[in-house]
Amino acid sequence: MSSAKLVAESGKILDVASKDAPLTVRGLTVSYGNKPAVFSVDASIPAGSMTAIIGPNGAGKSTFLKGALGVVPRLSGEVRIFGKLFEDARDRVAYVPQRASVDWDFPARVIDVVLMGLYGSVGLFRLWRARHREQAMDCLKRVGMADFADRQIGQLSGGQQQRVFLARALAQNAEFYLLDEPFAGVDAATERAIVSVLKELKSEGRTVVCVHHDLSTVAEYFDRVLLINVRRIAEGPVETTFTAENLQETYGGRLAATHIDELHLA
Amino acid sequence: MIDDLITALGAEFVQLSLTPIVIGTLAAIACALPGNFLLLRRQALIGDAISHVVLPGIVAAFLVTGTITAVPMMLGAGAAAIIAVAMIEIVKRLGRVEPGAAMGLVFTTLFAAGVLFLEITDTSSVHIDVQHALLGNLESLIWFDAEGWGSLLDPAALATLPPQLPRLAVVLVGIGLFIFLFWKELKISTFDAAFAGAIGIRTRVLGFALVVATAVAAVAAFDAVGSIIVIAMFVCPPASARLMTNQLARQVGWSVVFATISAILGYVLAGYGPGWFGSPYAVSAAGMIATVSGVILILTCLFGPQRKRVGQQAEA
Repeated sequence: MSSAKLVAESGKILDVASKDAPLTVRGLTVSYGNKPAVFSVDASIPAGSMTAIIGPNGAGKSTFLKGALGVVPRLSGEVRIFGKLFEDARDRVAYVPQRASVDWDFPARVIDVVLMGLYGSVGLFRLWRARHREQAMDCLKRVGMADFADRQIGQLSGGQQQRVFLARALAQNAEFYLLDEPFAGVDAATERAIVSVLKELKSEGRTVVCVHHDLSTVAEYFDRVLLINVRRIAEGPVETTFTAENLQETYGGRLAATHIDELHLA
Repeated sequence: MIDDLITALGAEFVQLSLTPIVIGTLAAIACALPGNFLLLRRQALIGDAISHVVLPGIVAAFLVTGTITAVPMMLGAGAAAIIAVAMIEIVKRLGRVEPGAAMGLVFTTLFAAGVLFLEITDTSSVHIDVQHALLGNLESLIWFDAEGWGSLLDPAALATLPPQLPRLAVVLVGIGLFIFLFWKELKISTFDAAFAGAIGIRTRVLGFALVVATAVAAVAAFDAVGSIIVIAMFVCPPASARLMTNQLARQVGWSVVFATISAILGYVLAGYGPGWFGSPYAVSAAGMIATVSGVILILTCLFGPQRKRVGQQAEA
């Protein structure tokens, strides 16, 4: 039944080797208006890896994530999550949107936002209960925000807000975490806290993908990279793929040669 | 003698004032409830837009059916609301203008079309007019057969209640149920639509359902209280409530409280207020209810516990 669905939707079946990978993308194209933001991108994220999606501003990194998860409509391409359609693998995935994409003046406390991550375990027409609150508190502890549970979210710093978003994702207890710019505009302490939680997830065998901006920390935080500039430029382990040549191709003239020299490249 | 006076006042109150106050309150709450979510989604103008396009919808329904009975009026108004929402989407996408501008464009154009419609067609024999559309006729929704508080237990008298009352009661229950049953979904998708979509909440369907609930509230309330109250109640009680609390459930609770206060106090002030200043006339209840809700908003802006929150970020 499910294989019939695969063929009917796309007209071709993905190759067997990548079948159960956390994320397999073929020819993903997403367009805002007439201009494609992401054009025919292929990607394959292996289980247990930690991948940075890298590229210049407006290169379609966030759009790639959103298109893969169907948050924005795709023009073409096929996506498999653990070998299934996203709709059938939703509960194995946690998505953390950009912090700036929501209105932090929303009337909610920190704990209310983390409880949203437990949506799947609450049930239709039901409300969050004490058991869910305990779980949410555990997640807040893991990101060092337990003391802020009753704080209004608008009163937090950018770094604290980002940690709340991460706690909400932890509450989902997923196997595959996709984070959109988790380090954007956060303080150093938050960056360390987030990295340590992400590495913890990896050590538990979970898969992590981050849209990432800071080229100087790529080798330290991640083991794989996906270089995107509307099209896919390169994908693979940091040691072999995070090279001056690939970066030059991804960023074009926008990345000064001296900057590339400063990076600890393969 | 004094007992007689109280009884007489009671009977007169039940007959003349009780039903308008209850209807005004039901209408205010029915609009304030979805208004909370519209406000947080920055869609407050949708309520404004829908309540304006009700006029051309009602005129068109009259022209088609030739009657002013409730059912065709409400269907016409509902159809106009849906057309307006579709037009807003079209203007937004084709014209590439921001949502507020698209809404402003559509509802003013349709309202103006409704006014023209009224003038060029012969509707003088019926009581549809711009005044009625704006202010409704809350004061006229009296309970003829009521003889006192005892009538509330008299089935024969209850059967003659103004039809707006049970209609609004049903609408309010429906909207209340919708918000209660889909509380999690509404909360999550209002705060973070991308996350809501990723965890499987049908955000588009839910957004559309919210607009439908808004349209139902606007159409049902419009007939009784006119578009001024409808517009005021979509925005003022939720906005005031936001300044009272930092929790969504409490905000919704406060909005109900403020809507109720506005309706009751507004009606009483309109009916009896001018008399306190020696005037023999009453003023428009709809206008006074909307004014009271505006005064509440000003008071919460000045004294609400959460009034300072904007731009006040604590640094870690």
